[in-house]
Parts: sequence; structure tokens; C-alpha cells
Amino acid sequence: MSVSQAIAIDKPPPQGRGWPRARILGYALVGIWVLFGAGIVAYLVYAWNAEFFARYAPAYLQGLGTTLSLVSISMVLGAIFSLPVAYGRMSKNRLLSGLAYCYVYFFRGTPLLVQTYLVYYGIGSFRPELETVGLWWFFREAFYCGVFAFSLNTAAYQAEILRGAIESVPRGQWEGAASLGLHRLQTLRKVVLPQAIIVALRPYGNELILMIKASAIVAIITVYDLMGNAKLAYAKSFDIQAYIWVAIVYLVMVEILRHGVEWIERRITVHLHR
Amino acid sequence: MPAQSIWTLLSWGPDGWSDDIASGVLVTIVLALATLPIGLTIGFFVAFAKQHEEPSLRLAANIYTTVFRGLPELVTLFLFFFGMPLLLQYIVRLFNPNATIDVNSFIAGMIVLSLIFSSYASEVFLSAFRAIPKGQYEGGYAIGLSKWQTMRLIILPQLIRIAFPGLENCWLSLLKDTSLVSVVNLAETLRQSGVAARVTKHSFLFYSVAALIFLALAILSSIATSYILRHLGRREAR
Repeated sequence: MSVSQAIAIDKPPPQGRGWPRARILGYALVGIWVLFGAGIVAYLVYAWNAEFFARYAPAYLQGLGTTLSLVSISMVLGAIFSLPVAYGRMSKNRLLSGLAYCYVYFFRGTPLLVQTYLVYYGIGSFRPELETVGLWWFFREAFYCGVFAFSLNTAAYQAEILRGAIESVPRGQWEGAASLGLHRLQTLRKVVLPQAIIVALRPYGNELILMIKASAIVAIITVYDLMGNAKLAYAKSFDIQAYIWVAIVYLVMVEILRHGVEWIERRITVHLHR
Repeated sequence: MPAQSIWTLLSWGPDGWSDDIASGVLVTIVLALATLPIGLTIGFFVAFAKQHEEPSLRLAANIYTTVFRGLPELVTLFLFFFGMPLLLQYIVRLFNPNATIDVNSFIAGMIVLSLIFSSYASEVFLSAFRAIPKGQYEGGYAIGLSKWQTMRLIILPQLIRIAFPGLENCWLSLLKDTSLVSVVNLAETLRQSGVAARVTKHSFLFYSVAALIFLALAILSSIATSYILRHLGRREAR
């Protein structure tokens, strides 16, 4: 018990009552935020327009569906495609790992907006060639192009997450499993992945959040996702609440996801806490 | 229209587009470099507030990062680009009823990128703050330095060294995020390449050029940062 007493003595004295400078500043800043939030709420109440709402709320809902399906399809396709890329990154074959490295470097080093343009306008400009190959129907649709670009992009990020997670598992785990007679795939599935998932969960959650945020840029290539509908509503009504509502929806979505990931992380690391 | 070879299109001068794209690259670099000090300063103070013992300061800083990390960059940009003139106009019209306000897209981009960059940088600074043991502060106070002196002379040099790799990532994403400002008509790399693509109908060529330029900027910055890192490392070793 002497240790805890020593710690208790070492603790700094409790925060003084009064009004130190930091507290004045803190209250002022919180006050500004409260004022700002109240201003937005007041604006939304003041500018409440039943007609605007009736007209655009269904479109927003539909846009939300588009955003969610775009993100989920891209995440899944990206996850599938990240497997060979991650394999290539970890491979001892120089050619394979070089290729995978270039792939990852390109997609992480260039803006997603440029990649999306490159797919939609760039590949789309080869219309005759695409028609002969029979792929024009795919690259004609902005939504498919968005999915294509987003999948390739997230595959690069997910491959790095996967690689990092697998490499974070110590070599001894592989060797131990090998000495027990498990072959490599079994080792990966039963020994390495369960440990890697714990490491990978948070980056995967962050990647999902980043994808949701990034998905707003498909609005620029004429996909009517959440942002696209907001752009349309603003262009028609010149009412800034079009963007305020969409900002609120994105913020709520991201916060739900963030807390969800934290909750899952707490659940799957229960055995690590004591 | 005579068929132009790729090399004519990419040449420097009235027929080619290299000079236009180069001016765009300059805008991209200037925008990123102009954002960097503002973002770093705000990020540092936000991180400072986040690890402060005063709960109200922590709350204010947490709201800041939650908002600007939670909003898509594009939404923040549009909110500012379209919303700020309205707000400013409302305020200015209280004094001068005939004033009109126009927001420069460079300024709007700079503000938005600073907000986003600083909220990400603050997380990096925060973890660096947590990596510095308390004894460093106490040592500083013990030899009679004031709070501010301790921060400047003892904590900050270590903080920069710890935070540097994380800040490099923030810088790379800042560089990539500058492309978003093309959406509000700032004539930066992507915008200029897009104009060239639309005029010449060689979309694939010019968007590839834009992609390669961003790639080159990323490579250049990683060369620069590894140089700086070596420099920092040497100072530490001495």
C-alpha cells in the first residue's frame, strides 16, 4: 500500500478554484463553439423552409443510399484486390514486390480526385476502343467509374494495412505453428490473422471513415450521391442550408462509425486488459 | 483541326500546355507552403489545449478536431467558399449596406486546408506531447525557467523531432488535398490539366500528367524530409 500512498503524495494539488488564464481562455473558446452551434441551429430554424425540405429530403435520402453503396462496394472490392497486392508487397520475388510497391506508391501518392478524373474522363475518352472491347457500358456510367477508382485506391491503402498487421505478428508465431505441423495457410488463418485483426481493426475503421469522406468527390463527376444532391439543391435554391444539412449528415455518419470501431476494439481486446 | 502530336501538346509555348500546367504547379506548391505554417501553428496550439489540465480547453479543442476531421474536405470547402461570403456580407452590411463580398478561392482554399491540416497535425502533436516525460517539464522549472521558456527551449525541440514522421504524412495529404481546391476554380495543377484536357480532347494524357506531377511532388517531399530527418537526427546524436 505504500506505493499507492507515495503516488498519492506525488500527485499535483487539485485544480485551484479561481479563474486562471487557461480557464478564462477555455471558457471563451467553448463559448465561441456554443455560439457557433447556436448560430447554426438558429439559422436552420430561421431559414426553415418546409418546401425546401419536402423537395430535397427524399433526394438526400437517395443520395445517402448512393454514398453508402458506393463506399461499401468499393471497400469490399478493394479488400479483395488488396490480397494479391499485399501478397506481392511481402513476396521475396523482386519483380512482384517491385510491382506491388509501384502500385501502392502511385495510388497513395496521387490525389483520389486525379485518379477519379483519370478513370472517368481519361479512360472514358477512348470510347471507340472501349466499344470494340465491349466495356463502354461500364466506363460510361459515372457511378461505375467512381467505384472503379475508389476500389483501386482503397486496395492500395488496405494492402498496406494488411501487410503492416501481418508483419506485426512476431516471426516466432509462424515458427511455432510450423513446428506443430500446420502448413502456411493454416498458420495464417488460425494463428496469425486472429492476432493481426486486432492490430488492423483501427486502421481499417479509419480507412472506412476516409472512404466515406472521400466519397463526396464523386459528386464532381456527376454522381448524385449525398454531396451531389447537396450541390444540385444549392444550384437550384442558392440556399446555404443545402450544405449545412449535408455536413451534419456526414458528421453524424463519421461519429457513429468512429464510436462503433472503438466499441468493437474494446470488445475484441477484452483478453488483453486486466 | 490538324492532328497534333503528343510532344507538341506537351511543349512549352503557345501550342503546348506545359507553361500553363507549370503555372498551375506553382499555385499548388504556393498554396501548400502557405498553408503549412498556419496549419502547424494552429495544430500545435490545439494539441497543447488537448493535453492541458483545464477541462474546458480540452473540450474546445476536441470539438475542433471532431468537426474538421469528421467533415469531408469537399463539404468544408464548399461550406466556406459559399457560406463565408454570406456571413461576411451579413456582418459588413450592418455598417455599409451596399458592400459586396467576394471570396478569393486561394484564400478560401488556404483557410479550409489549414483547418483540416491542423486538426490532423494536432493528433500527431498530441501523441508527441504524451511521449515527453513529465520530468522534462519539472527539470525546466527546477532550473528556474518560466512555463513559456520551458516549452520553447526544452519541450518544443523534442516535440518536433518526435512528431516529424507523423507531420510528414500530414504534409503529403495536404499536398494531395490541394487538388480539391480546383473544384472552386483555383487555377492549380489539376485545374490547368483539366482545361488542357477539355480543349485538346486528350483527357488521358493530361490527367496522367497531373497524376505524375503530384507523384513527383510527393517524391520530392520525401527526399526533402529524409534530408531534414537526417539533420535532426545528427543534432540529437551530438
